[in-house]
Amino acid sequence: MIKNVLEFIENSAKSQPDKVAFVDENKSVSYKGLESHCKSIGTYLTKFNTKNKPIAVLLDKGVNCLEAMFGVVYSGNFYVIIDSNMPVERVKTIFNTLSPIGVITDEQHMQKFDEFKNHCEIIDFETAVRADVDKEKLKQIRGQAIDTDPLYALFTSGSTGVPKGAVICHRSVIDYAHWVTTTFDIDDKTVFGNQTPFYFSMSVLDIFTTIKNAATLQIIPQSMFSFPLKLFEYINEKDINTIYWVPSALSIVANWKTFEYAQVPKIKTVLFAGEVMPTKQLNIWIKNNPNALFANLYGPTEITDICTYYIVNREFSQDESLPIGKPCDNCDIIVINKDGKQAKADEEGELCIRGSFLALGYYNNPEKTSEVFVQNPLNICYPELIYKTGDLVRYNEYGELIYISRKDFQIKHMGYRIELGEIETAVNGIDGIISCACVYNKAKEKIVLIYQSKNLSDKDILTEVVGKLPKYMVPNKLVRLKQMPLNANGKIDRATLAKEYADLK
Amino acid sequence: MEKLLEILQNSKPNIDFTAGHKLIDERILDSLDVITIVSEIDDEFDVEIGVNEIVPENFNSVEAIFAMITRLQND
Repeated sequence: MIKNVLEFIENSAKSQPDKVAFVDENKSVSYKGLESHCKSIGTYLTKFNTKNKPIAVLLDKGVNCLEAMFGVVYSGNFYVIIDSNMPVERVKTIFNTLSPIGVITDEQHMQKFDEFKNHCEIIDFETAVRADVDKEKLKQIRGQAIDTDPLYALFTSGSTGVPKGAVICHRSVIDYAHWVTTTFDIDDKTVFGNQTPFYFSMSVLDIFTTIKNAATLQIIPQSMFSFPLKLFEYINEKDINTIYWVPSALSIVANWKTFEYAQVPKIKTVLFAGEVMPTKQLNIWIKNNPNALFANLYGPTEITDICTYYIVNREFSQDESLPIGKPCDNCDIIVINKDGKQAKADEEGELCIRGSFLALGYYNNPEKTSEVFVQNPLNICYPELIYKTGDLVRYNEYGELIYISRKDFQIKHMGYRIELGEIETAVNGIDGIISCACVYNKAKEKIVLIYQSKNLSDKDILTEVVGKLPKYMVPNKLVRLKQMPLNANGKIDRATLAKEYADLK
Repeated sequence: MEKLLEILQNSKPNIDFTAGHKLIDERILDSLDVITIVSEIDDEFDVEIGVNEIVPENFNSVEAIFAMITRLQND
């Protein structure tokens, strides 16, 4: 019985020590090397003498970042990946909630985050990875670890401006990696072509399925996604045969007519999640890769990554949407209608999830945790949690789940999960803003910011926002109004704004 | 050139495109920016920028983009 994800690395290192585990633009590492580097970092971190505490990792996506992550785990703590492109102010907000013991970073990023020196220890990756391994100490730490100990926390957009950190334990990831392996026939011949950032739950599939199976993870440089032909060249050169990307990335390739110029014949498995996959672009991929398996995966960060899936087994016309399918093995789905009862066969309801994929909760945020991790309303006999996704779904005539819409103001933009409220909070914090609201124009894939201000211009606002929010949350279109429309209750009339700016034009 | 600068400025209002930045190397333009800009360029200059033109060398500076447009117009 596996109780710690480090066993994945250790087992793979034992069976295939020289197999390449992770590769980025600059370096690669074998399983043997990975185990050794992670144990060094882990030993170095034992100087803090803490257990189950958060240690932040602030490094570019790459081999070093992965080694730092597992190094933290060896020390008996859990890791939190911080997007190295995130504005310092947002990092501060996260650190206020998290109070990490330390931040593992490198020279390139150390200056940017210099101001954190006084709040938590700055750990230099290059120093940590050269530490001698203390086998006894690591063995002792491991002996006390259990499978429900935290492995990582991933922060997601918070509607009130404070990001929420979902804490996931070893058990959930071990179960998840098992489901991925069995469902998609992953083995040591699998070569993943990673697209998703490590602060994104989708990367959990790539990383942990790889180490479980002694497979190889190729970290595709971000810039490749701007240049589809170069991307294909890279995929072919690195023998990538399995990809798990956001639909936006797949769509970019399809929209550029890349397949008219080149092919990727080695790709056998195409998985996607994070947002709705447009059927037109999917069909282009299927047409050009008729022997590959395509699957639509669905799930929120709060249940590790995925809870339902649909393997494409029939043709879909351009205006049909793909189902999100059926629950993963060992994962239970309940659809609750607005009366709090189980929805009938084709009735719409909120998708709720039950099982060991569930996060432990939000770190240091009992209020937000109790809002969505609640007692299963169908069980009055013993404590049992379910996670309320806020997604409205129903079953179709094939017994497959169909995604309908959100209950609230959360959107998916380029695959990123964003609470429009977080953007609004950031904008409202700017001096000179009288009022603002955000809507999402799904057809044009633009975040629209409507605002009322006496003196500020679009440029002023954008400059401020860029210093507060990640790039993908920056509004794409700004609309300045003399007066924000209000409804009968004196609140911003979002319905009117949505009609004006969010609907198809 | 002015028309091109206008397109670029509209896509990213808070970047100064006259400052000689290396647009790709400095990660100023990402994949979404490239798509948006190309679509506007196609419309404005009546050219069709195909995927074989979508290479870093053609987008790393305002001059490079302009050279690509000129070349396509003369084809």
